[in-house]
Amino acid sequence: MSETPKFKVTIDNITIEVPAGTTILNAARMIGGDVTPPAMCYYSKLKESGGKCRTCLVEVSKGSEKDPRPMPKLVASCRTTVMDGMEVKNITSDKVIDARKGIVEMLLINHPLDCPVCDQAGECDLQDLSYEHGTEGTRYEFARRTFEKEDIGPYIQLHMTRCILCYRCVNTAAELTNRREHGVLERGDHSEISTLLGKSLDNEFIGNVIDVCPVGALTDKTFRFKNRVWFTKPVDAHRDCPTCSGKVRLWMRGDEVYRVTARKDQWNEVESWICNECRFEKKETKDWVIEGPTKVSRLSVISQGHYVNTEKAHVLIDKVIGKQPKLLMDIHSISEVNRPEIKLSEIEGPAHSDDFKDDVIR
Amino acid sequence: MAIKLLLENDKVEGIRYYDAYRKHGGYRSVEKAFKMTPDEIVEEVKKSGLRGRGGAGFPTGMKWSFLAKPEGVPRHLVCNADESEPGTFKDRYLMEFIPHLLIEGLIVSSFALGSNATYIYIRGEYAWIVDILEQAIQEAKNFGWLGKNILGTGFDCEIYVQRGAGAYICGEETALIESLEGKRGNPRIKPPFPAIQGLWMRPTVVNNVETLAAVVPIINMGGEEYAKIGVGRSTGTKLLSACGNINKPGVYEIDMTISVEEFIFSDEYCGGIPKGKRLKACIPGGSSVPILPANLLLKTAKGETRLMNYESLSDGGFATGSMMGSGGFEVLDEDQCVVRHTMSLARFYNHESCGQCSPCREGTGWMYKILKNLEYGKGKMSDIDLLWDIQRKIEGNTICPLGDAAAWPVAAAIRHFRDEFEWHVLNPDESQKRNYGLAHYADPIHVPA
Repeated sequence: MSETPKFKVTIDNITIEVPAGTTILNAARMIGGDVTPPAMCYYSKLKESGGKCRTCLVEVSKGSEKDPRPMPKLVASCRTTVMDGMEVKNITSDKVIDARKGIVEMLLINHPLDCPVCDQAGECDLQDLSYEHGTEGTRYEFARRTFEKEDIGPYIQLHMTRCILCYRCVNTAAELTNRREHGVLERGDHSEISTLLGKSLDNEFIGNVIDVCPVGALTDKTFRFKNRVWFTKPVDAHRDCPTCSGKVRLWMRGDEVYRVTARKDQWNEVESWICNECRFEKKETKDWVIEGPTKVSRLSVISQGHYVNTEKAHVLIDKVIGKQPKLLMDIHSISEVNRPEIKLSEIEGPAHSDDFKDDVIR
Repeated sequence: MAIKLLLENDKVEGIRYYDAYRKHGGYRSVEKAFKMTPDEIVEEVKKSGLRGRGGAGFPTGMKWSFLAKPEGVPRHLVCNADESEPGTFKDRYLMEFIPHLLIEGLIVSSFALGSNATYIYIRGEYAWIVDILEQAIQEAKNFGWLGKNILGTGFDCEIYVQRGAGAYICGEETALIESLEGKRGNPRIKPPFPAIQGLWMRPTVVNNVETLAAVVPIINMGGEEYAKIGVGRSTGTKLLSACGNINKPGVYEIDMTISVEEFIFSDEYCGGIPKGKRLKACIPGGSSVPILPANLLLKTAKGETRLMNYESLSDGGFATGSMMGSGGFEVLDEDQCVVRHTMSLARFYNHESCGQCSPCREGTGWMYKILKNLEYGKGKMSDIDLLWDIQRKIEGNTICPLGDAAAWPVAAAIRHFRDEFEWHVLNPDESQKRNYGLAHYADPIHVPA
């Protein structure tokens, strides 16, 4: 067997050797960090995915060693394969940053921004994307498109209003079933994801569309409005499942299993598909063999309050600016309550103004 | 006297049918081509300098030579008859009145490319033309020009007509291929290009109706002879469908040496503007190419006379030029409102966006809503800059060229007619009372005698 040739590719001045046929996005993922373009529709586990959301656009400043001409347009890094000696600009290109800002704005103009009541909040790709690349305001002044909520199957709810039409679920359904029963109706900005004539999907792996959905358009009906994801603690577990690998992630609070999902890697992609039985029906601790807590990036909102060894920002602030920050007003100088020498945790019951009297402090 | 190659016999009685067509020199090119080798035909087309007539103007011979030819894999030729661009109706005329010309071109091109199954993907709204084409195909079959072992050469070819379902997007070649395969007409992400993996993952060439029809005179007269017609890289003749505020709307064949002024005002072509009105603006190549004000339309920024050909129309880039496009020539007289016109185009592109990639899906709807506000007197000054910014973010960032096609008309309207937009914002009431904008763009035109 002949060995695949290795291509040298430079992304944001970092050079890496990758096998021929790798896409720019995957090469950037091998480097990792900030040079990785965001991807809303590409899913490395799905064959046909990618190229649609346009958030991963990058500038190719040098085509290859043989043909050093730059590419005339920005290209979708998830569907463009690297050439030997290619030079790619992602965050070092103003064009890319500007285009990406535009794409994020376009994705958000018809998105309801109902994050406070959305189950996906906290693990939403679109939320991350807008924090990193979006603007704080919107220039869109018109009514947003809305749809009725729709149940597809007994376990999954489709809320089309939130959908960004990434086609990930369509690709998932297409790979799981050999019938085309989950797809897109209509076209343009009124197109909608739907099942064949409103039929429910009954494939035993169909629950995975919830995991691949980058926003809160497809949600788990057994988990809807039960809990916020950052209050639950992710735990890796497995069971002997006759249908799937049985390797899952439990989202627990105390001893209670709130939700079961597939395990996701650092790019928020499912490692192995899990079946509907594991996902929706095994919601007790005794069903599972617990492996231990999931390693969660300390930057994730899900890790808030769960993890130690993180330095809080204000500890470092005098080192960074070289002096203690000047406070405009010290609240303790005017307030009788909440004095620094009193530890709130030592007060029994609700704090009362009497607790802060001088004679108590003594 | 203008040279006519395609529409030479279009007024002949019964040219729609085989007998009259054959009597006027029809199917000569097939006889000639089948004595050549396929590579010689491709070479002949390359020599002719024929450029794609569908809009992009890509050299046809080069496109044909890109076709991959792996052993044992069938190849396909697809004729793009999904002519849906507002203002373009040249292919309709050709197919409706001289269907055999297209069939003849298809047979020659299929032989050159080695396609045994050739498809005509026709726009769904052209329902009656399907019958005309089917009949022409049947006639060609009866006389042995199609089917098995054509003219004893051992070459088999069948032509199938497939109706679209009424989507503009299916005029994009990869969306057309998807639709032809029976899927949702979403453009594919390129690469791979259709020449490598097209219809059913087989090498495919997709060409416009007029391009394939032009193959017939190329074979008949020879590529070099054909290249002598026209100027520079704009060789041969081009069909233009003229519409809008002109005296004689219709399909005209030009040899790309005449000036735009002549085309609009001469009696041989459009015959001037009705009621002695003045020319305000024109879209020279179908709705998606940039609109040009009268002064830039007749003369380039350098002061040269603008000719009706690929190079001259695009002279000056998008800043002061436009494009040949598909040949949909729309003329606006001094009473027309550019804001309203742009709004109606934006509505079209909003309705026809496939919804696959986000900039086009969301951006076209946004642009339409803003333009609607501007047109109906609810706009703000900042909306104009916002529109400019939106079109800038759509252009070049989409999967297929239709994103650009939606952005260019808006961009050009703002670029050249910004004060008309501003007038709409400043005079919301007056803009409602009269259905047109400012007329001072119409330069006084000297009508050639």
